[in-house]
Amino acid sequence: MSIIAPCLATLCSLLGDAASADPQIAYEPVIDAAPVAPPVAPPAPPAPPAPAAMERALAPLAGASALGDAGLRLGRAELFKGGKLLLTNGVATAEGSSGGGLARWATIGGRQMPGGIGASLHATAIELADYGWRSYGVLVGVGDRLELSYARADFDTRKVGVLLGIGEGYAFNLDTFGAKLRLAGDLVYGAAAMPQIAIGIEHKRSRDGALVRALGAAAASGTDVTLSATKLLLGHSLLANATLRYTKANELGLLGFGAAGAGHELHLEGSLAYQLSRRAVVGTEYRSKPDNLGLSEDDWIDLFAAYALTRHLTVTAAYVDLGAIATIPGQRGGFLSAQVAF
Amino acid sequence: MLLVTCAAALMLLQQAPAEGTDWDAEFGIAAKERDPLTGEFPVAPYEQSNANAGAAPYASGALVAAFGGREGIVRIAARTVELSEADPRIAAIFASHDMVRLKRTLGEQLCYLIGAGCDYTGRDMRSAHADMGLTKADLNALVENLQAAMREAGVPFAAQNRLLAKLAPMAREVVTR
Repeated sequence: MSIIAPCLATLCSLLGDAASADPQIAYEPVIDAAPVAPPVAPPAPPAPPAPAAMERALAPLAGASALGDAGLRLGRAELFKGGKLLLTNGVATAEGSSGGGLARWATIGGRQMPGGIGASLHATAIELADYGWRSYGVLVGVGDRLELSYARADFDTRKVGVLLGIGEGYAFNLDTFGAKLRLAGDLVYGAAAMPQIAIGIEHKRSRDGALVRALGAAAASGTDVTLSATKLLLGHSLLANATLRYTKANELGLLGFGAAGAGHELHLEGSLAYQLSRRAVVGTEYRSKPDNLGLSEDDWIDLFAAYALTRHLTVTAAYVDLGAIATIPGQRGGFLSAQVAF
Repeated sequence: MLLVTCAAALMLLQQAPAEGTDWDAEFGIAAKERDPLTGEFPVAPYEQSNANAGAAPYASGALVAAFGGREGIVRIAARTVELSEADPRIAAIFASHDMVRLKRTLGEQLCYLIGAGCDYTGRDMRSAHADMGLTKADLNALVENLQAAMREAGVPFAAQNRLLAKLAPMAREVVTR
């Protein structure tokens, strides 16, 4: 104490002197001072445009709303941030997976990029000569890797129900739980010869167990295994898809699974589509199917057009020829589907 | 308390640095100056070759007219860079880079790939994008800006895709995370 006191007194006197001699030393308002022109001015040529810089500076504020492009976060994953190119998430198939309407593709649904989580909802109506199909479903996409989907389909037999002996307007109902895992490749990027490849399953449960067994089906539920390869061939504006499906489903499972002496078979789904613009694509699909029940079940074909109205909303319209269903031939008609994706 | 007072007093006594100090010189940072002719910053030397463009060009000049000739291609490249600089998704990636040089080299690359007879003098795709930490989402944003620039220039969609077909395989060199 006795040592520090004189020291402090000296400092204080020094401080007093210094402050009175040159008050600017300690209190110069450095932060508010006008910036000194940099000694080396860069030679003039093209000065960066000020408006662009200003836009950049203001830009982060533009999308700062809770559900703006910044998206939400779920742990380390970005929720609903999007980022996919238009239509590269595919459209919902009849079974709820991402694909082309009837055929499953190797695409992962939802608009998310790697590190993100996305989702989509869809509703589909098919009007045939004698039947009506309604389906709707939900899908969650995890990065560019995994897709989980659920779809519910209601198949109305209308007046034909009387003919089939099950009553007018009897509806078959089917739940489909799907999972798809991308193994390799990229739909858009990378070598043209390397498609996006995915394996998947579709576990289906008929809600009409007693009836489908009476029709001859061996089971009311079954699981398809799929292997898909899909590529956008930019040089030709073509999207090509091939899917192998190992299945025993009768009419996708609406009429149960398998039959006496009929188990899983390997079937093919093919799609070829032409990109008219970023938003519009037209194409055709073929899907082979088993005929386990001997009800002259036919292969399916369609001609479709899909249009991305916005980043989030895609509508698909198609002409479908589903051949004979439950012995009633000539089941052709219109397919309309809407998908909302995040 | 006394110690704090002493320390505060000592801090107040420190001399403020002289005005106009050249901090770059103090810390040994060499100032980069734009070339008065080209307006570009100097870059470390590298071996120039058309192989750096990352793909073989279209042999026939069939696409050139669709892109409005060399001038059209150069305009599309510059417009793509402008749109990207103003795109909040990817603007930060461009902020610290030489946009004058990028506009020139991108124009050369597109012109070369389309088969309009330019030489590409930029670096190869891997070293040009090294350490940028680009993602596929960044690439998608750039593709959308390139598409917008081509659309503005009236390039038919099929021709746009023909150019993208040359660029898409380069994603392997450009996307690093």
